[in-house]
Amino acid sequence: MAKKQLYYEDVEVGSEVTPLAKVATTQMLVKWAGASGDFNPLHYEDSFAQAMMVGTPIVHGALKRAWLGHLMTDWIGEEGVLKKLSCQYRGMDYPRKMATMYTPHDGETWWCKGKVTDKRVEAGEHIVECEIWVENGKGEKTTPGKATVVLPSKKRRG
Amino acid sequence: MTEGSMITDKISSLIGQLSEPIILKVEAGAITRYADAIGDLNPLYRDVEYARNSRYGEIICPPGFFGWPIKGGGVEMTMSKVVGAVAEAGLWRILDGGVEFEFYIPVRAGDTLTTYGQLIDAREKVGRSGRMLFLIIEQKYLNQNGDLVAVSRATLICS
Repeated sequence: MAKKQLYYEDVEVGSEVTPLAKVATTQMLVKWAGASGDFNPLHYEDSFAQAMMVGTPIVHGALKRAWLGHLMTDWIGEEGVLKKLSCQYRGMDYPRKMATMYTPHDGETWWCKGKVTDKRVEAGEHIVECEIWVENGKGEKTTPGKATVVLPSKKRRG
Repeated sequence: MTEGSMITDKISSLIGQLSEPIILKVEAGAITRYADAIGDLNPLYRDVEYARNSRYGEIICPPGFFGWPIKGGGVEMTMSKVVGAVAEAGLWRILDGGVEFEFYIPVRAGDTLTTYGQLIDAREKVGRSGRMLFLIIEQKYLNQNGDLVAVSRATLICS
């Protein structure tokens, strides 16, 4: 989104990755299933979710992983490069139900967050390592992960 | 499934075997739908003119999207042999434990990718809810030039 570019010199160990809010809804899960090709009934069928012992349909882990991708690409900007992204699906998340065609019921908001754990220059690349996670409405990290990015430097490299 | 190893002979025999190739077509419309599903309005995923003027020169995929399978089946087909062997071992609950991606080359609209799935590790662990089988499935994605664009390693937790 043609916004200000983040540079290697702008971040330090401990710097915060700009948080990103997300609201999982049953509608979003339907869209995700269609767009990603994951048609596991665990994410839309009550009786199946119950049989799998998760209660009711849960948010796709891969959707939360995609949120973390969004978190990172927004933060690093167009000149930044995402090299690695990983996460673990530790906790179940349950989508908000829809109240109207376009709006969900009140409820939980998830936050994608992160912080810088290391920065270094390696083979001319300005590398930044981050710890990232998706946090549920109770502040629990249901989806912890890591990301490695390369940022542009304000010092022109040779 | 209480006695003996969860890693049956059938499961161990699948370690290292490549799945049939899956061909994926990367289309601009599919990229936009994927970005819409995440709620990511980045113009690189939807605005052709914007993308052409960017460093990428074309609409690109959000990280982790590799287009739509046109040959060789979808995600669930990739590892049907593994899933079958897991079911035969008496394990019926399979959960997605997590994933790691390494990205090498941006995936652009118009690309045709080939991917192979491979079970690379099977390990038994004891967790909060008892014994579990952890499977690591690796997928390498190659583009139409034969260049490696990305690798993913997914963890499946079976119990």
